[in-house]
Amino acid sequence: MTTTNPILSVKNLSVRFRTLDGEVDAVKGINLHVNAGETVAIVGESGSGKSQTMMAAMRLLASNGVAGGEVDYRGKNLLTLDKAALNGVRGARISMIFQEPMTSLDPLYTIGNQLIEPIRRHRKLGKAAAHKEALRLLELVKIPDPERRMRSYPYEMSGGQRQRVMIAMALANDPDILIADEPTTALDVTVQAQILTLLAELQRRLGMAIVFITHDLNIVRRFSDRVYVMRSGQIVEEGETERVFAAPQHDYTKMLLAAEPTGRKAPPPASAPMLLEGRNVEVAFRIGGGFLSGPPLTLRAVDRISLSLKRGQTIGIVGESGSGKSTLGRALLRLLPSEGAIRFDHRDISGANAQAMRPLRRELQLVFQDPFGSLSPRMTIGQVITEGLLVHEPSLSAKDRDARAVAALQRVGLDPAMRNRYPHEFSGGQRQRIAIARAMILRPKVVVLDEPTSALDRSVQKQIVELLRDLQAEHELSYLFISHDLAVVRAMADYIIVMRQGQIVEQGPTEEIFDRPREDYTRALMSAAIDDKKFRLAAV
Amino acid sequence: MTDVAIAAPVAGRSFWGDAWARLKSNKAAMISLFYLALMAIVCVVGPYFVPHTYTTIYADYVRTAPSFSAYPKADMIESALRDAVKRMRVDVDEWHQDGDRVFVTVEASKPVDERSARYLDRSDTFHDTRIENKSDDGRKLTMSAAVKQQYFLFGTDNTGRDLLSRTLMAGRVSLAIGLLAGIVAVAIGVIYGATAGFIGGKTDEVMMRIVDVLYSLPFIFFVIMLVVFFGRNFVLMFLAVGAVLWLDMARIVRGQALSIRRQEYVQAAEALGVTRGGILVRHIVPNLLGVVVIYMTLLVPQVIILESFLSFLGLGVQEPMTSWGVLISTGAKNIGTANWLLLFPAFFLVSTLFALNFVGDGLRDALDPKDR
Repeated sequence: MTTTNPILSVKNLSVRFRTLDGEVDAVKGINLHVNAGETVAIVGESGSGKSQTMMAAMRLLASNGVAGGEVDYRGKNLLTLDKAALNGVRGARISMIFQEPMTSLDPLYTIGNQLIEPIRRHRKLGKAAAHKEALRLLELVKIPDPERRMRSYPYEMSGGQRQRVMIAMALANDPDILIADEPTTALDVTVQAQILTLLAELQRRLGMAIVFITHDLNIVRRFSDRVYVMRSGQIVEEGETERVFAAPQHDYTKMLLAAEPTGRKAPPPASAPMLLEGRNVEVAFRIGGGFLSGPPLTLRAVDRISLSLKRGQTIGIVGESGSGKSTLGRALLRLLPSEGAIRFDHRDISGANAQAMRPLRRELQLVFQDPFGSLSPRMTIGQVITEGLLVHEPSLSAKDRDARAVAALQRVGLDPAMRNRYPHEFSGGQRQRIAIARAMILRPKVVVLDEPTSALDRSVQKQIVELLRDLQAEHELSYLFISHDLAVVRAMADYIIVMRQGQIVEQGPTEEIFDRPREDYTRALMSAAIDDKKFRLAAV
Repeated sequence: MTDVAIAAPVAGRSFWGDAWARLKSNKAAMISLFYLALMAIVCVVGPYFVPHTYTTIYADYVRTAPSFSAYPKADMIESALRDAVKRMRVDVDEWHQDGDRVFVTVEASKPVDERSARYLDRSDTFHDTRIENKSDDGRKLTMSAAVKQQYFLFGTDNTGRDLLSRTLMAGRVSLAIGLLAGIVAVAIGVIYGATAGFIGGKTDEVMMRIVDVLYSLPFIFFVIMLVVFFGRNFVLMFLAVGAVLWLDMARIVRGQALSIRRQEYVQAAEALGVTRGGILVRHIVPNLLGVVVIYMTLLVPQVIILESFLSFLGLGVQEPMTSWGVLISTGAKNIGTANWLLLFPAFFLVSTLFALNFVGDGLRDALDPKDR
């Protein structure tokens, strides 16, 4: 299946962006090649230039970017090809799929429309023939009931299905090379496994090469033949996947491989007092309904869930997107209206209004998933961190607040001299530290951590996990750790609740859940995330 | 804690600093910005340097074409002279020009009164009239007068007023209305829209229905009502225009506030226990300002046009005060005979609107770089 002559070779490729702060070299002269029919992974952390490499090769760079070097596809240099010839290659011979399947599909057209149009244009087929071809493609990517799906709009489909449609579109012209840019990052682990299995199977059937751009080493190991490790615009290591994983040469690769969060959290002593308790918590959203559309549909996002959090304990809440785990976390903090009893520190807070909750807010804190969205872009980080103090300790002078901000920044490992900077001047990991500092400056008792590491690179994740564990040990904090990432949950939590469709599927101490999962759903989650068998083997 | 406080904070690059840097690299916007500044300065300061006031009527120079050379032209002297002499109720016997003075000998059936020489002074063309010679019977009088050199760079209008000074005065009025009514609209719109969007729910519904009701009022009808009740005046123009245009602003701001309210940083503030007022002031409004600034630069030309439109209909500012709209309206009526009456004010208005739109575009790019 694998031939040895490269069909795509990138020679001394450089990408440079002109920005306000001068020129930025995103890619600094790299060489790589793709052989026919093989799977090549380009792995690296955010900002390493892995995506820009392929964007440059496809001439899809942002308008302020300039590419240099040579990208050779079957004897043609893609960087100097004229527009018409380029379009003959791009989208037809080399196609791409992207991370976010929602934004890559036009919400105003049906799936069928979006599939048929490019087929008719590229292959000059009639309407009926193109329709048939679109159906064949949807069957190829295993979309159930393709005839009906042709008439669906993107919003009617799940993330996984949308990604399948994207793959079908990419395959429409029978490409030589499929470039997949983080195609599964936005998806749940179980769906991710399905998509990867599908890609492996399609590759086996159609014999195309796949260039897989990802930050997830787990996927690389299970999916690719060869791997290029990129760091700040350069390739630091390349080779057969097995070899790189077994015997990494470069320090950076070693660091990446060791970046899986390690350590375990010991459960709190049995005598630890109960801090936060929920009994039959229920959150229901009403959808639709009205004068003409009949009774509203009630969606139970959280369906009678009980849990109790002791001082010093970390409960990990695990589940796929839409399982209601974030909703549960917010309901327990009384940020959402809910049914059922919630007790904090032996006080019933289930009926408390915003006014009554205000003094308790300092003890109940929340850290969000997206460190880019959770910090106001118009405030300096000093202001961001001390905002809570304005509410809870209004007597503090500006100078005292500044001193507290300095201390809090130092505690989370940031340079306090940066406190007059704005959030956009920090990296994702630094921003998450800022968000943690904002919660910790109030000295809370309970912190709900809503996917605090999901948007971060592995090596940064590890640091954040360690920081959170240190803070917990220091202040006897209780965490409610919400995540879909089992590796992180394992390192953080001493008790785990597995949720699905608003209900608890399974719960128990971490070791027990990981070693002896009782439910199929839990097992599926585990195998999708932690198993290391190859997708291609599974597909054969 | 004292040792850590030493760390001197590093100044960050704020959102606005960033936006300014991006705007500076946008040539069209920067040129427009300078042009607007220049226009504002010229309109405010200019009238003090123009030798004519905007109200002075030069009866001799009705609808004079714009010219870089001084008036009167050679052929105009005679007609001006004859006009003046006619008012003396005498006849011209002879006249000639010598240097910058004109000598005229008049004749009548009765002795000519020396005081009638002032008729020459009253004319816009002559000054410094002297009696040179008088015949013995008094029926012939020779006078000399200096020719007044006047410049009308933009020409004059139907009543003989200098168009340059009028255009500059009109610019003052139009820019002032644009700016002030713009600020009125923005202030009301931002407060109203942000409140509605942030509080949401029933309050939002009620507030937005009020906006809908106001929208449905015909604008012209509304202005006529105001004029009927309060008479015509300048302040009323701000009120009328501002009162109508804040509706758009309120809707835009409300939409923004709704989306900002769902941002995680607002949720984070709620989780910190920040009060509604605090969230509104510290989070919602600062994050709205980008959109507001952009909309404001597009609003100002809209206001100027509205004012022009009202003035065109005769509901705006009143003579002798003027605005670009008024000037264009008179210019449009004289397009066949005196096209400069239209061309100059129209050029000023259009170029200002152009510049404002360029600045607005530039600001949009600068404030929302993701949109490009």
